[in-house]
Amino acid sequence: MLHTKRWIPWLFVGPALILILFFLTYPTLMTIVRSFYGKGTQIFASTLDFVGLANWEFVFNSPAMLAALRNNALWTVVFTLCTVTFGLLLAVLLDRVRYEKIVKSIIFIPAAISMVGASVIWKFVFAYRPVNLSQIGVLNALMVAFGREPVGWLIERPWVNNLALIVVGIWIWTGFCMVIFSAAYKNIPRDLIEAARTDGANEWHIFWGVILPLMTKTIAVVATTMIVQVLKIFDIVFVMTNGAYDTEVIANRMYKEMFNFFNYGRASAIAVVLLLLITPIMIFNIRRFTRQEAR
Amino acid sequence: MRFKRFILRIPLHLIVLAFTAVWLVPTLGLLVTSFRSPENIFGSGWWTVFADLFNVDQYTFKNYMQVISKQGLGRSFCNSLTISVPATLISTFMGAMVAFGFAWMKFAGRKILFLLVIGLMVVPLQMTFIPILPIYRWLGLSGTFPGIWLAHTGYGLPLTTYLLYAFISRVPTELLESASIDGASPIKIFYGIVIPLSVPALASVFIFQFLWVWNDFLVALIYLGATPKVVPVTLTLANLVTNQGQNWELLTAAAFVSMALPLVVFLSLQRHFVRGIVAGAIKG
Repeated sequence: MLHTKRWIPWLFVGPALILILFFLTYPTLMTIVRSFYGKGTQIFASTLDFVGLANWEFVFNSPAMLAALRNNALWTVVFTLCTVTFGLLLAVLLDRVRYEKIVKSIIFIPAAISMVGASVIWKFVFAYRPVNLSQIGVLNALMVAFGREPVGWLIERPWVNNLALIVVGIWIWTGFCMVIFSAAYKNIPRDLIEAARTDGANEWHIFWGVILPLMTKTIAVVATTMIVQVLKIFDIVFVMTNGAYDTEVIANRMYKEMFNFFNYGRASAIAVVLLLLITPIMIFNIRRFTRQEAR
Repeated sequence: MRFKRFILRIPLHLIVLAFTAVWLVPTLGLLVTSFRSPENIFGSGWWTVFADLFNVDQYTFKNYMQVISKQGLGRSFCNSLTISVPATLISTFMGAMVAFGFAWMKFAGRKILFLLVIGLMVVPLQMTFIPILPIYRWLGLSGTFPGIWLAHTGYGLPLTTYLLYAFISRVPTELLESASIDGASPIKIFYGIVIPLSVPALASVFIFQFLWVWNDFLVALIYLGATPKVVPVTLTLANLVTNQGQNWELLTAAAFVSMALPLVVFLSLQRHFVRGIVAGAIKG
């Protein structure tokens, strides 16, 4: 620690703290308050009605929001499972091939482009044309090549189109998981794995018995990061379907309440749902950090 | 023995190859399509170009010319730069300042304020738009570059602080203390020792944050969405999807324009980018 005059630290942290307070703390509190007031786009206005829990009634009882909550649950489970599993699998498998570097770059590229760009890429993969026309989307061309009917990937509800959107998310985020797992994997002492091998353990046992236990912490961190990302998923859905055909998600519905229906009360309540869902992870992060600092 | 090993390893190669294909083919399709004329795009699948790959007559730059000039993507590209560069510089620099303050100075509420920063890192931005928008309109900041610079700085600061704290708190104590005993002021220590030592970390965080801001859609949609002449490429691209939904020659070219710079940055500076991500996720 440096010894300084008492006001010096505030010179360094003050401006940033003011920005953080203005952009994150203050609005978070105000949004919670606003969720108990009625429609309209004002924040402070004597004309605003106090509506109590009416917005919350909408959040948990309207068909639109129930569909969004269901889809978010599907997103969370499938997306998190797949990104973490694929990321881990690739990290371990790629360590065993000589062309590791190039494949890693290829898998990681989607992390560098925007979700809007990725959505356009996949909209084209999913492109659908009637049976009598030649297919221009890769996926439907494959379907036809295997003698099947082309599928309206973004239209067929509720499983096909939601899973199609989730695939786009997985495609974007798997590389991120892979890179972190790979760094953690390469930190495992080679002797440990070699020792298990000379003891006659096969690769399968080594993975479950040696590698996985040593990586549980990293897996927890990556999984929580994925959950934080997936809960507020927005861009992909907004660009590809805008919630049509039962593909609505929480964040997209909030945007609609804000800018299409001008109902800041409902929009606030929806945002608070996102905050509540993320709160356990916030606590997990803070606890993880305090433990690290203590060490 | 070697042959047996080779056979046993075939499934491994096949799995890796399958992943590579799934990750490569969609982007390749976009790239190829962006250079084809509309008649060709709708006449045959993009993969048919490989039958006659070097026949240059089947390629065209027209789509790019059209999206860049007529669809306003050229202007949006400049807007994206105008948004990302200052926003990233400010949030990286301020992040370093805060990280230094938290890591090396004592002040009232230091611990609790830092935990607040860590906690706010994951607050959904959706929680912030409703109260800030009216203030932004009142201050005349919505639809302006300074408005979006500030927003990206405020939203980005918890993460840049956290990432840089991991690095700056590990600067050798003796180095800073001996400078302090020699009479160097904290400001001098920050500029003279901490910043130069942190260049690799600053570079990682800068690249990470730059890609984040360049690729951002939501923040721009909320604070700039109503003012077409300042919107970034992501917004213009999304508008094209809405208005030109089936015109693949325009969509693919526009998507590629929006991705070009991040791809160059990523491919040339991948190591720094990866270091930033890994530092944030594993260590910290």
